[in-house]
Order: sequence, then C-alpha cells, then structure tokens
Amino acid sequence: MREAWLPLAVLAALGVAPLLGFGGSYELTLLARAMILGMAAVSLAFLVGGAGLVSLGHAAAVGVGAYAVAILDAHGVTDAARVVPAAIGAAAVFSMLTGAIAIRTSGVHFIMITLAFGQMAFFTASSLAAYGGDDGYTLYSRTEVAGTRLLENRLVFHYLCLGLLALTWAACAMLLASRFGRVLRAARENAQRVEAVGLAPYPFRLVGYTLAGAMGGLAGFLLANATEFVSPATLSWQRSGELLFMVILGGAGRLWGAILGALVFVLLETWLAQQMQHWKLVFGPLLVLAVIFLRGGLAGVVARRHG
Amino acid sequence: MTTQLLLVQALNGLQLGILLFLVAAGLTLVFGVMDFINLAHGVQYMLGAYLGAALAAATGSFWLGLVLALPAALAAGLLLEVLVFRHLYARDHLAQVLATFGVILFLNEGVKVVWGAAPLQVAIPSLLEGGIEIMPGLQYPVYRVAVLGAGLATGALLWWLVERTKVGMLVRAGASNAPMVSALGVDINRLFTLVFAFGAMLAGFAGVLAGPIFSVEPGMGDNVLILAFVVIVIGGIGSIRGAFIAALLVGLIDTLGKSVAPDLLRLVLDPSAARQAGAALASMLVYVAMAAILAFRPAGLFPVRGG
Repeated sequence: MREAWLPLAVLAALGVAPLLGFGGSYELTLLARAMILGMAAVSLAFLVGGAGLVSLGHAAAVGVGAYAVAILDAHGVTDAARVVPAAIGAAAVFSMLTGAIAIRTSGVHFIMITLAFGQMAFFTASSLAAYGGDDGYTLYSRTEVAGTRLLENRLVFHYLCLGLLALTWAACAMLLASRFGRVLRAARENAQRVEAVGLAPYPFRLVGYTLAGAMGGLAGFLLANATEFVSPATLSWQRSGELLFMVILGGAGRLWGAILGALVFVLLETWLAQQMQHWKLVFGPLLVLAVIFLRGGLAGVVARRHG
Repeated sequence: MTTQLLLVQALNGLQLGILLFLVAAGLTLVFGVMDFINLAHGVQYMLGAYLGAALAAATGSFWLGLVLALPAALAAGLLLEVLVFRHLYARDHLAQVLATFGVILFLNEGVKVVWGAAPLQVAIPSLLEGGIEIMPGLQYPVYRVAVLGAGLATGALLWWLVERTKVGMLVRAGASNAPMVSALGVDINRLFTLVFAFGAMLAGFAGVLAGPIFSVEPGMGDNVLILAFVVIVIGGIGSIRGAFIAALLVGLIDTLGKSVAPDLLRLVLDPSAARQAGAALASMLVYVAMAAILAFRPAGLFPVRGG
C-alpha cells in the first residue's frame, strides 16, 4: 500500500502528542475519547467496508462491553484479567446471537434489524435499576492491572488506548487480507458467485460480525474506564449513527480512514461546541455536505492526491 | 387489570398505531418508490407538531393552526427535498442514512433555537374537550376518539389515492419497478417529489394531531421515527396495507405491553423490580416482534417487490 504512511503518521502523531504540549488532562481526555471511538469505528469499518454489512447497531456492542465493566465493578470485580475478557466476551456473544438472526437479512433490512437489536440493548440497559437505570452508573475505580492502579495514570492510559487502537487496526487489516477476509470481500461484491464456487457466505459473515463485536467490546472496556461512567446513551442509535459517520467521513474503502474519521469527528465536535451553544446547527449541515461532496471520504481525498 | 382498563389501553394502543401509520405511510412510500431511507422523516413529524403549536398560539385557534401547519409542513418537505434529498437518490443507503442523520441534528437543534428547549403545551380545542362514555362508568377523551377518526379517514383517503387513482397507480408501479415506470415515459423525478412532499405533509399532520396528547419537544420525532421504521419493515417496504396493519400491531403491542408486562412480572418479581423490568420488557417487545417477523419473513408481512 503506497498510502500506508498516512495512518502510521497519524498514529505517530498521537504517540508524540503528550510530549508536544498536549499532555494536559483535558487534551489527554479528548484524545483518549477520539482513539477509543476510533477503535470502535475501525471495527465497524471492517464490517461496512470489508464485509459490506452496514450495521446501525454497533454502539450496542461497545455498550455491552462498557456495561460488563460497570456490572463487574458493582460486584467488586476490578481486576483486568477478569474484566477485559468479560467485556470482550459479552460483546462477542451479544453480536453472535443478534448476528445469527440479522445476517439472514440483507440491505435495508439488515440496517433496520441491527438498529432494532441496538434498541433492545438500549432499553435493557435503561432497565438495569441496580446499575443506575436511565441515569447511568459511576465506576468506583478504574480497572486494576495486576493489583495496581496503573490505568489511573493518564499517560499510561493514553498509550494503552493508542496501542490497542493500532492493534485493532492491524488485526482488522490482517483479517481482511487473509483467506477469510477474501471470502468476506468477495461475498460483499457478489454473494451468488461465492456460493457458486462452493462457499456459504453466512458463516463467514457471522464470524466477521462476531469479531467486530468483540473489538467493539474492547473499545467499550476502554470507554467505561476513560469516563469512569457508563450510561444507556452509550448504546443509543444516535451513537451508532455517529460511528457510521466516522467510517464514512474517513472513507469506508480504507480501514485507516475510520481512525482519521473518528479523530476529525471528535475534534470538530469539541471545537464547534466551544465556539457556540447551538453547534449542531453547523455540524448537521457539515455532515450532509460531507456525504454529498466528499465521496470516498477523507482517506479518498488523501489517496487521490498522493496516489 | 380490569376489563375497563384493558379497553382503555387497547384504544390508546390503536390511537398510537394510527399516528404511527400516518408517519409510516409517507416513509414506506418514499422508501418503496425511491428506495430512499429518510431518517429525517421523524423530524418532519416534530416540525409538524411545532408548526401546529406555534401557529395555533399565533392565531389563537387550534383549527387555524392545523390548516396552516399542513401547507407549511409540505413546504418544509419540498425545501428539504430540493436542498438535500434530491442529491442522494442515486447514492447507496449508507449515504442516505448519514445525510438524513445530519438533517436530524440540524432540525432538532433548530427547533431548540426557535422555540426553546422546554416542551410546548398545546391545548385541546374546545370543540373536542371532555370525554364520552364508551362503557357504563367509563369516560374516554373525545380528542383521542377524534384522532382515531381522523387517522382512519386519512388512511381511507390514502387507500383510495393509491389504489384507485392514476397517480396512485404510478406510485404502486414505481414501488415495484421504478426504472420500468421511467422507461414507459413517466417523469419519475416529478413523481418522487410529489410522493415526498405528500409524505412530509402526512408526517406533519400526525405531528399536529399528537401535539395536545404528547408534549411538543426537541427530539420527539426520534422515537416515532424508529417505531415507524419498525412498522414499515414489519409491514413490508412500500406497502400501505402492510404499514396500516403493522402500525396498529406495533401501537397495540407497545401500549398493552407497557400496562400488562409489569403486572405479569409482579407474579414472579417484587413490585419495584417488576416495574423497572416490565417497562424495559415492554419497550423491547416491539423490537422482539420485528426481529421474529424478519427472521421468518425477511421481506415483511406484505412484500411489494416481486423478487
């Protein structure tokens, strides 16, 4: 890939940002949020761009992971060795069960049924009275690593997010390049031909959907720790829409576009919110304009210029 | 749960179903004829409610407000069509979902700027105040009966328009095969605009009717939008008959579920837990029904497109 320098440059910039005067708690909180949503967006880009499965319920997988952290926290379990597998596992199981039904449909129906499952998760979270219900749940503490409060250190947390973001990206890229990924991509282009050569797309898609959910769960684990707070809003369909927008803004054809999209989205949103109270009046039309005029996303623009 | 309460809840359910039908009818036609996912249909409902409330307050008459709000909603729909949606017909569903998501952000914020974030109250017109006795000793608000009647009448009118007029015939033909209709010399773009504006007006009409029942507030369209999508997916995309039946079904499931589920759960849970879990379970029921129906009939109950 000729344009591989750009995502590496973005990751490197995130790596040195704390050393270049962006090391304050405000900046680090903002960057952590961008990187975590970037992780969720990359796993969604794997689904949308790779497998052609446009999910409007990806925030639910993230939220399931976040709620796993909250629920374990309420029962006094804060050891990363148990919390991380639980968050990933819960999101994977959720995605596998809902995916088993959703993948039977295609096109618009797939969008709608993933939305429906997302809403089910949202209402379930709202009903968990023991874990805050509508109001959400504040963690007692961040997850402990080997008995230490390592994650309380903002710099450590920053590099953990960065490392996991890079890992997620690499994992998705390798998956798509593998034989498994080739089947997924082929089924996206033409499912009938894939069947004609003797492969059923369904199990491949289900595995892909489950893996993306698991990665979403990991992002959820980080999100819960970043804010030390979990609420049903984490699972709302608007959040799923935002994740999709990050993917498209970055360019669905390229995985790293999602990282770029998430960064631009979070920074733009924050900047606009500082400029004016009714920032959504500007943000909404910007979104519309980006969709209409920015085909191929930001990554597409960059690739065209350097391609 | 007495028979009387059950009857009242069933009527409330039907009335919610009727409102959903008015919103879903436009959505399903736009979706069926243009293959266009319009997430902004919910904010058009909201806009209708606001226009109705504001015009009623300005003129001092609910009826004048209603009469003036309809063309205003129509004009707003046309404006959106020309400015935004027209550029999206040829794009994929993902682009449509995102661009219309941007419109939602803009309009939800826009009504906040114009009318404030606090909910508006709309008084029930004096002609329709009070209740009527539907059973000995059981009063039911006249206004809600009127909403039921108005919705049914609109439904009948819509049925006549779609099934018995030439324009309706073109709409139906467009829903099953738009390129063929275009090839036969029909200006499909004019048809699109017409259907679109009409759908926006129906959603606005539903919004005005809903004003005195629910509070008029920013974001009020979002929940209705999601339910309307559930309705058209259950009913079969593009099918007015399907939308009607599915809307009543969804309205009944939602309303009855909310009153029956907590009572049923009280048999196995303690009261406060039953109330919480019951409310969540009831909100989920609609989505469970949709997932179940899609799992067995992936194209909905009354599929329009023949293969």
